Amino acid sequence: MIVCSSPDEAVEGTADGSVVLVSGFGMAGMPVDLVDALIRQGATDLTVVSNNAGNGDTGLAALLAAGRVRKVVCSFPRQSDSWVFDGLFRAGQIELEVVPQGTLAERLRAGGAGIGAFYSPTGVGTLLAEGKETREINGREYVLEYPIRGDLALIGAHRADRMGNLVYRKTARNFGPLMATAAETVAVQVAAVVDTGDLDPEAVVTPGIYVDRVVAV
Amino acid sequence: MSLSKSALAAVVARDIPPGSYVNLGIGLPTLVAEHLDPTSGVVLHTENGMLNMGPAAEPGAEDPDLTNAGKIPVTELPGAAYFHHADSFAMMRGGHLDVCVLGAFQVSARGDLANWHTGAPDAIPAVGGAMDLAIGAKRVFVMTTMFAKDGSPKIVPECTYPLTAPACVDRIYTDVATLQVTGAGLEVLELHDIEYATLADRLELPLKDARQ
Repeated sequence: MIVCSSPDEAVEGTADGSVVLVSGFGMAGMPVDLVDALIRQGATDLTVVSNNAGNGDTGLAALLAAGRVRKVVCSFPRQSDSWVFDGLFRAGQIELEVVPQGTLAERLRAGGAGIGAFYSPTGVGTLLAEGKETREINGREYVLEYPIRGDLALIGAHRADRMGNLVYRKTARNFGPLMATAAETVAVQVAAVVDTGDLDPEAVVTPGIYVDRVVAV
Repeated sequence: MSLSKSALAAVVARDIPPGSYVNLGIGLPTLVAEHLDPTSGVVLHTENGMLNMGPAAEPGAEDPDLTNAGKIPVTELPGAAYFHHADSFAMMRGGHLDVCVLGAFQVSARGDLANWHTGAPDAIPAVGGAMDLAIGAKRVFVMTTMFAKDGSPKIVPECTYPLTAPACVDRIYTDVATLQVTGAGLEVLELHDIEYATLADRLELPLKDARQ
């Protein structure tokens, strides 16, 4: 675990073609400073996994606008302020994989937990289950879903200690704890890095074992 | 007069049992919260990781870390709890929510729901949590206008829009009628300023009059 001196240091070494998990639900929990650093770092041809496909012109939307993203995997791209994604999609300049929100969360959880695949009832009988294996279990139909893992996770949390233990704030928690388990390199931006021992162990949400780099912004 | 949005929300709120755990979908269903009796013990769930969500934040008191599923700043009530997305959707998929209220493009006579995608060639599909809610909540209420802007009914023999989930809707609340989905078709529970014969004529599907 490294406490980085800048967001740029936290995203060093990101390769072209990487799968990047980006936390946040809209802007709550969105690691804007890390995404801005990734734009400066220059990696391109990225696949981004995030609940939305960018809001306004900052954070993920800025990464999309910079032309660095080949594909977005998300549950809800279309919003009142998703004009960057909407324009790219309508121009055929970006791929989209729509995943039901709970399936997105569970695929990330499975990716971090070493699960090979799982059967979910969500999406059965819809366009989003087309071409997927289904199975009847105890009289109910389920669809087989595979895990998601990233090369890099960019996460917005509230506070970290020097071991990488994390706490979150209110609904900004959302995908952070899941994505922190599911990437080769996990970079976290926080409002403050506190001394080891200053976080209540009972309140830690993401244990430091999952975290590689933190930066206070 | 058919019901106003607010009056329709009051009808839905009336039918939510005290003590229920409830998820209100984005848009029209959000209005139901304003009509719940604060003493009813109803707990609101929001998909982005919170139970016992309170009303929208007052101007100037917004917290960017505290929003609802529509990304609107909200508040927390005493007894609120926060959790991550996998837990939030385990509450849906695992059958822990008593009621969800969802909007709709179309509902079929057997309770198929279409509310996420028009299927139009230039449409950007966005599903969010709709499919998880539709298959997960113990009871699925739909809240919508009975007729689209062009006058065509939203309650149809077969959905023509892509499905959110098949056979998931229990009850349909509209501005002109409340309908119960049963294994034997749709039952009319109440009407609001429309004649039964007029409704039956416009819906082009079999109805049973179950008004008390």
